[in-house]
Amino acid sequence: MSETVIELRNVTKTFGSVTSNDHVSMKIEKGEILALLGENGSGKTSLMNMLSGIYFPDEGEIILNGKPVTIRDPRDAYELGIGMVHQHFKLVDVFTASENMILGIDAKAKLDRKKIAAQIKEICDKYGFVIDPDKKVYDMSVSEKQTLEIVKVLYRGADILILDEPTAVLTPQETDRLFDVIRNMKKNGKTVIIITHKLHEVLSISDRVAILRRGQYIGTVNTSEATESSLTEMMVGKKVELNIERPVIENKELLLEVRNLNCINPEGIKVLKDINFDVYGGEILGIAGISGSGQKELLESIAGLQKNEKGSSIIYYQPHARDESIDGDQLVGKTPREIRDLGIRLSFVPEDRLGMGLVGSMGMTENMMLKDYRSNGHIFANVKKPRMLAEKIKDELEVVTPSISTPVKNLSGGNVQKVLVGREIAASPTVLMTAYAVRGLDINTSYTIYHLLNEQKKKGSAVIFVGEDLDVMVALCDRIIVLCDGRINGVLEYKPDGDNKDFNKGNIGLMMTKIDYKDETEGGKADE
Amino acid sequence: MSDNSAVKDPFVRVVKRDGMKSGSKIAVRIASVIVALIVCGILINMITGLNPLVVYETMFQGAFGSTRRSFSTIREMMMLACVAIGLAPAFKMKFWNIGAEGQILIGGIVSAACMINLNKLPAIPLLLIMFVLSAVAGALWALLPAIFKAKWNTNETLFTLMMNYVAIQLTSFFVSKWENPKGSNTVGIINSNTQAGWFPEIFGQKYTLNIIMVITLAILMWIYLKYTKHGYEIAVVGDSENTARYAGINVSKVIIRTMLLSGAICGIAGFLAVSGASHTISTSTAGGRGFTAIIVAWLAKFNSFYMLLIALLLAFLGSGATEIASKCKLNDYASDMIIGIILFFILASEFFINYRLVFRKHAKEEA
Amino acid sequence: MATSLIQLLLGAVAFGTVIMFGCIGEIITEKAGNLNLGVPGIMYLGGIASLASVFIYEGSTDTPNKLLCVIIALLSAFIASALGGLIYAFLTITLKANQNVTGLTLTIFGSGVANFFGGSLNTLAGRFEQIAVPFTSAAFKAVTPLSKAGVVGRIFFSYGFMVYLAVIAAVIIHYFLNHTRRGLNLRTIGENPAAADAAGINVTKNKYLAICIGAGISGFGGVYYVMDYIKGTWANDGSIETLGWLAVALVIFTTWKSINAIWGAYLFGVLYWMYLYIPGLTRGSQEIFKMLPYVVTIIVLIVTSLRNSRDKQPPAALGLPYFREER
Repeated sequence: MSETVIELRNVTKTFGSVTSNDHVSMKIEKGEILALLGENGSGKTSLMNMLSGIYFPDEGEIILNGKPVTIRDPRDAYELGIGMVHQHFKLVDVFTASENMILGIDAKAKLDRKKIAAQIKEICDKYGFVIDPDKKVYDMSVSEKQTLEIVKVLYRGADILILDEPTAVLTPQETDRLFDVIRNMKKNGKTVIIITHKLHEVLSISDRVAILRRGQYIGTVNTSEATESSLTEMMVGKKVELNIERPVIENKELLLEVRNLNCINPEGIKVLKDINFDVYGGEILGIAGISGSGQKELLESIAGLQKNEKGSSIIYYQPHARDESIDGDQLVGKTPREIRDLGIRLSFVPEDRLGMGLVGSMGMTENMMLKDYRSNGHIFANVKKPRMLAEKIKDELEVVTPSISTPVKNLSGGNVQKVLVGREIAASPTVLMTAYAVRGLDINTSYTIYHLLNEQKKKGSAVIFVGEDLDVMVALCDRIIVLCDGRINGVLEYKPDGDNKDFNKGNIGLMMTKIDYKDETEGGKADE
Repeated sequence: MSDNSAVKDPFVRVVKRDGMKSGSKIAVRIASVIVALIVCGILINMITGLNPLVVYETMFQGAFGSTRRSFSTIREMMMLACVAIGLAPAFKMKFWNIGAEGQILIGGIVSAACMINLNKLPAIPLLLIMFVLSAVAGALWALLPAIFKAKWNTNETLFTLMMNYVAIQLTSFFVSKWENPKGSNTVGIINSNTQAGWFPEIFGQKYTLNIIMVITLAILMWIYLKYTKHGYEIAVVGDSENTARYAGINVSKVIIRTMLLSGAICGIAGFLAVSGASHTISTSTAGGRGFTAIIVAWLAKFNSFYMLLIALLLAFLGSGATEIASKCKLNDYASDMIIGIILFFILASEFFINYRLVFRKHAKEEA
Repeated sequence: MATSLIQLLLGAVAFGTVIMFGCIGEIITEKAGNLNLGVPGIMYLGGIASLASVFIYEGSTDTPNKLLCVIIALLSAFIASALGGLIYAFLTITLKANQNVTGLTLTIFGSGVANFFGGSLNTLAGRFEQIAVPFTSAAFKAVTPLSKAGVVGRIFFSYGFMVYLAVIAAVIIHYFLNHTRRGLNLRTIGENPAAADAAGINVTKNKYLAICIGAGISGFGGVYYVMDYIKGTWANDGSIETLGWLAVALVIFTTWKSINAIWGAYLFGVLYWMYLYIPGLTRGSQEIFKMLPYVVTIIVLIVTSLRNSRDKQPPAALGLPYFREER
């Protein structure tokens, strides 16, 4: 039974100054479902990319069925029977399913679309997939694309399948169907490696769990002997009671009022559906949901970066304005600049740090200028103040950089985020929005960020925290809005001196995945 | 330990550099030019049989052998630098303005039209009018692709390229209209008696004004890109349009404004070519400089002073190769060939600035 | 009227053939994701290589062989153009230089080389007559007796063989790109090189091949121009450059489908020569008329960008460098 199919010995991979995998040695057994578990940035994907030939290890060796092998490119991997479904699908949009299927194989063979379609059908029937061979990829849903990717790997005769976070984009029903298929594959003798950081999935699907932590291999356990807490411990190091403070603020003041917010993306899909909620100063409002549930569009709508449907409304009240019954400002239809010109101090830490929040080719100083370089009256940009600010942020947040003029794209992920968050907080915002603020950061930097957010909260600012780690959200946020498929599926509130047994990640997890959650429970007061 | 003989690492891998010191960058670029010059010397030797050292001496004679030659080399350098300065803001914004050739021609047409129709005006107002109108014409010529890029993301590389040929045909049209003498299909020297609309001699030199204008433009552009808010916006848009929008920059406005500026300076280059050099207009008034200048601007990383240096190098090669060609009774297209080779080498050298090669390690350091 | 219409068609086909070669070669290159703005330079290289090699061959023997002349011309043109493509490929793929800048440099280089040798070949060869290869040109222009068969014969059969070669090449390339697995693999590289890489397609090798073969085919445009269009001589008038850019424009016009190049190229030819057949034009207004092909291309460019149809877009990764270990 326990016959080793792949053995990694001292596999190491570095990117610039970052070590992604540090002397990883582990074994994968034939015919098992192995979960590769680890936090974001723990090196799961880069390790698997070395098996699939996308990366080449700096050091170490890969042994397949007892023989050392060199996997120089994906073709080598396919020839060895290793196939990987990447998190970002590697499909050609303008091709049909069957055209995508045969890319790169049997180049000399005839292009017989009918025959390929028949072969696809055979695989689909065997494992229980549904695919239309003539459908163009740009017409497919995310789940259809994923199915296509898996069938593609099987079509190439892979015996070892690597799935990178396959459930991140799926609904619960689709996830169940995928797991059935994975079990079918196991029955047919395939070895399946599934990369994930979702514990309940690990427990429900896998035979064994291998854990990586910050690039290092921690160990492998049998799933039957594992529990969520034992796995968490291996994943994060020590059993961490997340020690995030949650200061209590009296006198919360309404700052943002979001009503009937609707948004349709360029592909014509409705991504925000009748969103209604309020945001108060002095609180951290969490927004949870599986990725792509509308978080991005929601924050960008508030920041003035999205087009919203007619009837959408986001009213901003200046602090104390409501006491003096001064009207709020409508933000919908305004550009970021118009919002700023109204004197509204809105800060936004977007998910795409280098592609949206910062200018990668510029140094810290020039990045500090990004939002207020216009502040003086003449044609020259103000450099003095940003330079001082850059120095200040570098010292206070301990940004590791050769100099404040080094292009920020050369900094590590954590330091990039410190620069971005530092700048956004320096603007002393009344509303601070952050999207995945701690993604890819080490524990220390993450705590620095939590601390900074709490500081803002204590100052009376509203903090909107879009997150993915539910444990963190439960420990940090005062209220949590759960998005599912562009709709608010529920709101949970932490009561500083009340009963908080509903304020847990199990509840949030349910709301994240169940489209019809509202019908089943009364827990969430979803606005409809 | 397993038997590693079957394991083959790739022989060489390419790894991105985190950054190179600016001193080393300059050294790499200078080295590439020197290697290119050696290769060209050998090539010329193969074709003409001339000793490579004699080749470069002859080239130097051709470019700087007399005051007149020096000035014509410098005039050529200024012309090329002017176009490159015009292209720099557009390319820094990652707007591929391949249309400088057309923008130069349009500026040239307008200058020639002023010389022909307003030749009764006193010199200074006439020159001022020509300066302004050629800039406006170049700007308008660049405006069309800019609007389509800004509003509908129409591919600007191909749009501006096509605009060149529309401009060439327009030039042919005016050449036939202004033909002098009739039937020659050329415009001839305009105002050869009165010299109306010609650049005046300053300090006894015909090209002093060209030099003054281009150096001024170079300094202004350097300040504009480095220190002004507009320059900052151009850099942000060039790096990431998303970031620009996030920062509240109106991307369409920046694209249109920058292209107006870029076109205007290229139009001024047309004014320089007609009024400050040839005193005539033809379809070869731009003479490919619109394309060469793209490479000048790109290799200089849009820094005005590097642009002047590279323009000087290319102008020197141009005049020098012409001299060699005439000495050996060959034609002067040799200069394009040499310029092409040098540019290939400089382009190649960029690789070694941005990447490094990692060769296969022979010994495995496993105990 | 009918005669002048036929005249127009004949002129359009000849003109169209030059740019059709340039265009279909560039389509292969662009389908592999590389925008090569060196097409004019490549056509120059092809033209001069064929002329120079045949010039040497014709001068070296008293009894040149027609077939050999043609083979020498085509082969040397293909090699020279492919070498031009190789320089471009090496710089843009291996050394990751910017594609547009490298392409423009190739155009400068190619036009320099071609015009230099075009103007100096006789001096270099120690011969003093004007460069001309009438014998080879005649072979290129040879027609079958069918061309005498009335109007139909004139319209369809009065051209040298390269006219038909261009059409056949366009059809073959269309078949290759759409109905073979290798063609599909190549298009994948232009659409999504990361997907191609993950599917085990050798991106670098295929890009090199596509660029070099594409350049070789583009170079035939130069051969046809030199041998047939201007009858085996050389002119330093920049015509090839103009035609080269039109070939690039034609790629857009065809929406990256080589089969469309067949009628597109002839249409460009008709637009280009139309001014000759419109009565009452002065020489000046003729020049305005000659803008038509460019204006039409601009309109096509605008319309495709407005329509935003998924199947009529340029290859998605066109002009972007690919580096696998990029993070």
